Amino acid sequence: MKTDKNLRREPLTDTQLLMMITIIIFLAMYFLAMALLGGGFLHAQQIFDMLNDNASLIIVSCGLTIVMIGGGIDISVGAVTSLVVMSCVLFLNGGGNIFTSILLALGIGLAFGLVQGFLISYLEIQPFIVTLAGMFFARGMTTILSVNPQKAEHEGFKALREMKIEIPFLGYTAKNGNFVPARVELGVIVALVCVVLVFLLLRFLRLGRGFYAIGGNQQSALMLGINVKRTRFLSYVLSGLLSGISGYVFMMHTGAGNATNAAGMEMNAIASSIIGGTLLTGGVGNVFGTFFGTMTLTTIKKIVVSSGLNDPWWQSITTGGMLCFFILLQSVVLSRRSKKKKAE
Amino acid sequence: MNNKIRSTFKGGLGQLTIPLIAIAILFLFNLIRDPGFFSIEITYNNDGNAVLAGNLISVINGASELAVLAMGMTLVTAACGGQDISVGAAAAIAGSAFVKVLKSGSAITGGTVILAFLCACIVAMLFASFNGTLVAVFRIQPMIATLILYTCGRSIAYWINGGATPTVDSPIIRAIGSFIPGVPIPTPVLIVVAVTILFMLIFHFTSLELFTQSVGINGSAARLNGINSTLIKLLSFIILGFCVAVAGIIGVSRLELINHETLLLDVEMDAILAVAIGGNNLGGGKFKIVGSIIGAYVIQILTITLYAMKVSSTDVKAYKAIVIVLLVVIGSPVIKAKFAKLMSQLKSNKQRVSMKGAE
Amino acid sequence: MQDKVILQMRDIEKRFPGVLALSGVDFTLRKGEIHALMGENGAGKSTLIKVLTGVYQMDDGEITVDGEKVAIRSPQDAQNKGISTVYQEITLCPNLTVAENMFIGRGNGVLVKQKDYEKKADEILGRLGIPARSRQQLGSCSLAVQQMVAIARAVDMNCKVLILDEPTSSLDDKEVNLLFELMRNLKSRGVGIIFVTHFLEQVYEVSDRITVLRNGELVGEYLTEELPQVELVAKMMGKELDELNSLGESEEKKMENGEVFYEAESLSSSDALPFSFNIHKGEVNGFTGLLGSGRSESVRAIFGADKIGGGNVKIKGRPVKITRPIEAMKHGIGYLAEDRKRDGIIAELSVRENIILALQVMNGFFKPISRGESEAFADEYIKALNIKTASRETPIGSLSGGNQQKVILARWLLTHPDYLILDEPTRGIDVGTKLEIQKLVLKLAEEGVSVTFISSEVEEMLRTCSRLIVMRDRHIVGELKGKDLNQKKVMETIAGGEAGNE
Repeated sequence: MKTDKNLRREPLTDTQLLMMITIIIFLAMYFLAMALLGGGFLHAQQIFDMLNDNASLIIVSCGLTIVMIGGGIDISVGAVTSLVVMSCVLFLNGGGNIFTSILLALGIGLAFGLVQGFLISYLEIQPFIVTLAGMFFARGMTTILSVNPQKAEHEGFKALREMKIEIPFLGYTAKNGNFVPARVELGVIVALVCVVLVFLLLRFLRLGRGFYAIGGNQQSALMLGINVKRTRFLSYVLSGLLSGISGYVFMMHTGAGNATNAAGMEMNAIASSIIGGTLLTGGVGNVFGTFFGTMTLTTIKKIVVSSGLNDPWWQSITTGGMLCFFILLQSVVLSRRSKKKKAE
Repeated sequence: MNNKIRSTFKGGLGQLTIPLIAIAILFLFNLIRDPGFFSIEITYNNDGNAVLAGNLISVINGASELAVLAMGMTLVTAACGGQDISVGAAAAIAGSAFVKVLKSGSAITGGTVILAFLCACIVAMLFASFNGTLVAVFRIQPMIATLILYTCGRSIAYWINGGATPTVDSPIIRAIGSFIPGVPIPTPVLIVVAVTILFMLIFHFTSLELFTQSVGINGSAARLNGINSTLIKLLSFIILGFCVAVAGIIGVSRLELINHETLLLDVEMDAILAVAIGGNNLGGGKFKIVGSIIGAYVIQILTITLYAMKVSSTDVKAYKAIVIVLLVVIGSPVIKAKFAKLMSQLKSNKQRVSMKGAE
Repeated sequence: MQDKVILQMRDIEKRFPGVLALSGVDFTLRKGEIHALMGENGAGKSTLIKVLTGVYQMDDGEITVDGEKVAIRSPQDAQNKGISTVYQEITLCPNLTVAENMFIGRGNGVLVKQKDYEKKADEILGRLGIPARSRQQLGSCSLAVQQMVAIARAVDMNCKVLILDEPTSSLDDKEVNLLFELMRNLKSRGVGIIFVTHFLEQVYEVSDRITVLRNGELVGEYLTEELPQVELVAKMMGKELDELNSLGESEEKKMENGEVFYEAESLSSSDALPFSFNIHKGEVNGFTGLLGSGRSESVRAIFGADKIGGGNVKIKGRPVKITRPIEAMKHGIGYLAEDRKRDGIIAELSVRENIILALQVMNGFFKPISRGESEAFADEYIKALNIKTASRETPIGSLSGGNQQKVILARWLLTHPDYLILDEPTRGIDVGTKLEIQKLVLKLAEEGVSVTFISSEVEEMLRTCSRLIVMRDRHIVGELKGKDLNQKKVMETIAGGEAGNE
């Protein structure tokens, strides 16, 4: 009697519902921009530009999504990214090789993740304070390494930077008649791989489901036999590691280290996660949602520029408005849901 | 009253132990490093006023904005169990409104300054009510709710300033930002004292403290005892809004200009830190404003000490981070529990030894 | 097979700061038996369970499972040793699916096999007749179903010992029967079940053996069929039973004769169906019924604690509107909430602050009670109610349950209410304090205060109330007074009486 019922579609979980909302709004916005503004929005390169510019933001957002699903917060990600960029540039300029520089990037990220994770899960210190200290430390270390911008002069690295994937059939013909193929930076590939890997982790690994469990209800997770401390610890380690990767990708994009690199990136990453349907309360979120969250944020900025609002303040004011819209929408959707359940 | 002081010391010292020890250690460190650190001298500033100068003065002067913000932040933290990360941006808006009103008239008189101050307060409180409404009515976590204003606040300030960084040239503003002629104490310090007294008066003449703590510790019980928790949360944000306006005005007056990008940059992080160093639980509930004020000064002493050691202003953050981690690790529940266990073991060992001795 | 012991706890001792929660408790569970663990609130049942499941570490004693001495360090440890628990509060993750909740945290390996889990989960759910689907988000199920999912999880873990901690308190009759079927099913497979409940009838319906605890000590172990219900109650309550009885006899219960103080007509709230009710000056009446019968929801509606749906309310004959607690308080109504931890105490605040809270709210935001005054109030009530606390500045959270309850009582007494609603004031507190609270209620009534008294223990209500309003399925189904006030009649009315409604 019950078995045939299983074939019918289940109502969406909170995670799925919030992610669907994001994707739908993103698509609607993008198509609207294509129809009303045309121009760059009609070219595939627009999307690739958005990806090229935001590859490292996408990566740190993945890390932040993991931490937020587990009910925590990590505001050190932007500063760690910046520290990684500076360290790697100096390392390469000092004669290091590319392979070791990648290890250095991962190592720095991992170190931050390990220390922060340990302080938060095993010493039970508030995550906000720990990662705030981490942020201060990374920012301070960056300027200690160099106050002045440093350009990467390493030949091999320059070559690596220049490597771009060209996709001819997505190109377009420019005004002067030349055909321009679509160009994608290597960093974008790394970012997309990260998104997919984190998705797989969250979906299919025991650890990933553990993040949802501790974020949903920590006490229950403990009772269900999950090692809450270790799971939380690993969420910060992953976030740190992803910050390391993000730093390297950032460096591939800009080619230079600067103390102000990735300024405010942590908040952009939090915003991406939230727009993508991750709740700060934990237990709800999806990394694809986060990806679309980043894209939504970027699209809004592009739209503002394309529609001729050239005053410098409009971008962030519309971003703020967008964020407000999403936060309120989620709040209303979720509270309606719980009311409906109560009524049943 | 006497009783109150005594009980504050008896009951409250626990929370204040760590920040006070931190101050003591920093003082001791400076004393060993360079006793001259503590010298206070009287110098004459450009206007020819006799004013106090020295590292200690820069500490208490420099921490003024932070101390004011930390007081407001403590209330929001206690009532809502979260923090407002938009205070820096909101201060930029308040500062812009302040300057806008100042410059709207032909001359800057005492009257226009008061008017501008009131306008800045109203503007800051309006933005704070926006945050407060999201938190109290829509039940969004404070950090997420205030992320909105954090994202766009400085741009709003830029917009108010009409895409410029206007300066204000007026002896009154200079007096607010540095010294009132004839008074050797920096004006921002006097403002902090005034705001502190204001808070004390509010706590004395209203039930704000009891209600805020009740709402923060157990919202459900507070509601069943007739407390309107939505209103209390909103009120905490509005009070923070007032603090933001005051801090913004101090900041603007110091530089005599409003720069939306740099005014009180990253102050939200320091303010939250001050609350935490002061021994207040960032998850809300019981609070001590004094703790947060001390926390603000701890941060500033640390900064000034580092400056005195010729650490550049950009590098300070790294050292600050190490001290913060040390402070929170000592204060961590796990370490405290381990320490207590160790102490009791030592005690019982001692007892055993003394018992053996008695035999 | 029946006599094979699978779990033995011997001489268990557990201390909390200032309290000896368990001392010298033995407990034996045999294979394939349903063993009821009985005792009043505060008797030590939950502490014993928590020791067994590794939530608490015992201070002394010994646990053997299948003849082997074991140390249980964590809930996970307990699970690995075949001891599974289903708690009263749901300890699952509402944001995950039903299948995940059944399989998360189990077994080894890095990957989760979602599809396998779902298939297996559906199979188990189907076999046990649990109305849930594997891919449903757990949070979208009713509480009863969530509980059954928790049991399904335990069942699938091949547990030797299954602990059911108050599993029936949120279930309706049909679901209870389903659960019992499930329990008997498990029993026949040799699982030992520890059944903790407050419902005596359920104990007699399903259990084989009963162990009774009182005040953290073992009273004894009995075969269910050899222990009459009355004796069980006596053993649970101990020697104070006589004392309690004398209370009821000595106090002359006041019949309703004063003016009507409060009157509600078809009052309803978001949680309570419309009901009508009145109380006289100086009267003590009670709402009774099983948990979930709507008794708490109804009194909450009187106090304006939930969103009011509609109805007319009169106080001393004058129509009034009460939609929020503060309005009720202004009209002289006080409400001591059912869940002391959640709705009563402000744990980190001092005893003094907790005592003055309600009065302060009534005085208003701008008229704070001075320090001196509040200290005087606190001292007065600490003495009057004999509250055992280190000082008036001690945080209330560190007091024992009974003393916490007295502080909350003091809070309401300080407002000098005309009408006091006490929802389970004696839950989870020691017998001595219970008695004090009952005496206090009668004294208040004598002074002209109207009191509505709710308790899960019918005995207690019979002793204090002069009128009982009986609820079932969120409706008032009867009103008992005078000679009808006896256990038998009350039980009959609660259960639906001979007339029944089948």
